[in-house]
Amino acid sequence: MRLEESLAAHNLTREEYDAIVGKLGREPNENELGLFSVMWSEHCSYKSSRVHLKRLPTRGPRVLQGPGENAGVVDIGHGLAAVFKVESHNHPSFIEPFQGAATGVGGIIRDIFTMGARPVALMNSLRFGPLTVPKNRRLLSGCVAGIASYGNSMGIPTLGGEVVFEDCYNLNPLVNAFCLGLASKDRIFLAKAEGEGNPVFYVGAKTGKDGIHGATMASAEFDEAAEEKRPTVQVGDPFLEKLLLEACLELMATDALVAIQDMGAAGLTCSTAEMGARGGLGIEIELNRVPQREAGMTPYEILLSESQERMLLVAKAGREAEVEAIFKKWDLDAAAIGKVTGDGLLRVLAAGKTVAEVPNRALVDEGPVYERPMKRPAYLDAVAAVELPEPTDLEETFVRMLASHTIASKHWIFEQYDHMVQSNTIVMPGGDAGVIRVKGTPMALAMCLDGNGRYTYLDPYLGGATAVAEACRNIAAVGATPVGATNCLNFGNPEKPEIMWQFARAVDGIRDACERFDVPITGGNVSFYNETEGKGIYPTPVVGVVGILEDATKRVRHYFRTDGDIVYLMGNTDEELGASEYLKLVHGRNDGSPPRLDLDTEAALQSFTREVASRGLMHSAHDLSDGGLGVAIAESLFGPLGETMGASIALETPRRADGVLFSETQSRILTSVPSASADAFLALAEEHGVPVKRIGVTGGDTLEIRVNGTSAISKNVDDLREVWWNAIEKGLLR
Amino acid sequence: MTLIKANVVVQLKSAVHDPQGETIRHALEQLELGQVESVRQGKFFELTVEASSKEEAEKIVREIALRVLSNPVLEVFQVEIES
Repeated sequence: MRLEESLAAHNLTREEYDAIVGKLGREPNENELGLFSVMWSEHCSYKSSRVHLKRLPTRGPRVLQGPGENAGVVDIGHGLAAVFKVESHNHPSFIEPFQGAATGVGGIIRDIFTMGARPVALMNSLRFGPLTVPKNRRLLSGCVAGIASYGNSMGIPTLGGEVVFEDCYNLNPLVNAFCLGLASKDRIFLAKAEGEGNPVFYVGAKTGKDGIHGATMASAEFDEAAEEKRPTVQVGDPFLEKLLLEACLELMATDALVAIQDMGAAGLTCSTAEMGARGGLGIEIELNRVPQREAGMTPYEILLSESQERMLLVAKAGREAEVEAIFKKWDLDAAAIGKVTGDGLLRVLAAGKTVAEVPNRALVDEGPVYERPMKRPAYLDAVAAVELPEPTDLEETFVRMLASHTIASKHWIFEQYDHMVQSNTIVMPGGDAGVIRVKGTPMALAMCLDGNGRYTYLDPYLGGATAVAEACRNIAAVGATPVGATNCLNFGNPEKPEIMWQFARAVDGIRDACERFDVPITGGNVSFYNETEGKGIYPTPVVGVVGILEDATKRVRHYFRTDGDIVYLMGNTDEELGASEYLKLVHGRNDGSPPRLDLDTEAALQSFTREVASRGLMHSAHDLSDGGLGVAIAESLFGPLGETMGASIALETPRRADGVLFSETQSRILTSVPSASADAFLALAEEHGVPVKRIGVTGGDTLEIRVNGTSAISKNVDDLREVWWNAIEKGLLR
Repeated sequence: MTLIKANVVVQLKSAVHDPQGETIRHALEQLELGQVESVRQGKFFELTVEASSKEEAEKIVREIALRVLSNPVLEVFQVEIES
């Protein structure tokens, strides 16, 4: 093969190749070129994003481990740590939805238990094109089944997350998986090789030819030739991963383990090089000792395979038998494949012959770093002021909003997930955030995933900041305090200056909001090249926030619980229909300016909400997001077990009725307060400087909404619930 | 038009991981039922189709196997028309 062809096949540029030759002082052989190809891919090296990610706040008094390890770690008190991360599996899920999504879940679970934590919760953020397109129906049902299959088999509850439908994700779905685990805070394990002469073990499933060059694939756009990229799909085995989880945790309880890293993207290559580089050491491995699924695999294939459910670990010399006994007990392969050396090199042998020899640092730390050109996209100048006809029938419009697939109940999806296993779930999917008890303590952990592609498309800075604000608001709505965040940044091709500009602005937005709310980013991932046939997705930063609720019994649910409670809206409402769900669904456009965000207003709202929750003054709290106040009121009427409650609401506005109902003004929460607590609630609101407005009372079996004294909506609640509850199923069964 | 019987075998592609096959192999080992080096499992379908000729039947069945019975991303299939 000519060099140009070889470089193209490896997704390396001529400049990158010259840099490799410079580092080695010679031409790389084919195996070495393969190593550099995956390690210097966008997916592994973050070469386009690194200069921007540096701006994110990553430290805080609770942060035990920030970005750069398998997952972030936050001190949650009681001697415990929460270990969590969100990661994308967009490209594999597009090629093979079931296995792609399943192995995405498997990968993020491994990242968590690699750190010494037992996984206790999963969530995911999913985005698809409209269900009117048959391919999207298959993608949705395939991804959901895959997520359910892996998470349920592992016995880890899936607490929900978010599901959004939008044209731009047609043929480029987003599948972002989140996992959280609990560990003893002084028993965190890192992926840093130490101790020359220590043995290197390969544990878990055998290596096959699956997923070769998956990392390089995730760093390229799709075109019609994607069909040919198909054999790179991996098949997961959750039951084997369950054994791997138990075996690793058992080994971690001994002191025989030095370092451990999971084999994810770029498999054996990435785990070996990264462990070596972090410790400033070399690692020598013999490929013939790697357990293999099929005969005749070449060194190149073994090095780059992305077979699932594998781990690499460094044990203390002399403790080999102990390691082997534990893995044997769990019915798993554990093979000593090499040792830690002092020369800083990754040396790969095949039957005693050196087939690759490269400095670990060259692969991991000395990869290319690009400050790619940036340009404000021209479409932003074309953003027009929104002028809309008012709907003639507000009630019919309201019902249509409830049937929007982005707004409608996601029960068809989350009912496929086991969300009760481990028996700690105290706020189930469908709430503002998932909440689990932490056994042995009075506390609970809240978590949620949020992002808004439309906002980010029309104002990347605001979109990034709003993702953080909304996630923190959801955490506040259940009564918890955010303590850490993780992000998954889904963008188009970074070689396009407009995409890079969107990325940089979104990162700035995330930074400012995280700083204001004191929520450090402890890790995450970047997914670029989300483009199919040159058409990109909306830039979609997804933010996962984890919060602490010191008293689990104080958790707040999102739906009205008692007759005769007073309904208050916290926060002011402006007429902000730009970039809204209403604008898209009813008027078929996505333009205008997304709702403004004032970080101080938001912070005040959140601390007020937390204090109301801790004093037990409210019966429900629900964040206002897609679809605004109208949708938040409706969602508050529907309990998770089919129970419903009506309400009588009166709204005032000097402007349009559709504006007050569907505006997506930020920093608002809808709450129901028992009348006996109303005075205390109002006094607290004043203390916090948060405007609150009494808008109605709960009770009855109808929803009555009057705007400026005129009846706008008068519907039986069960009829409304029917529409909201069944919309996605209807969309799938068309 | 006559009724023609067709058999379809669907299997994972050779390079694709087959956890179920592995589990069966492992069980055989534990049951000491001989030295079985490897097991690959798959699915078997019997179809009866109405067609004017064996060639037409095969065409119909291949289409069904490709579009419905198999997942072409991960699997391959074989069609056998019964005489």
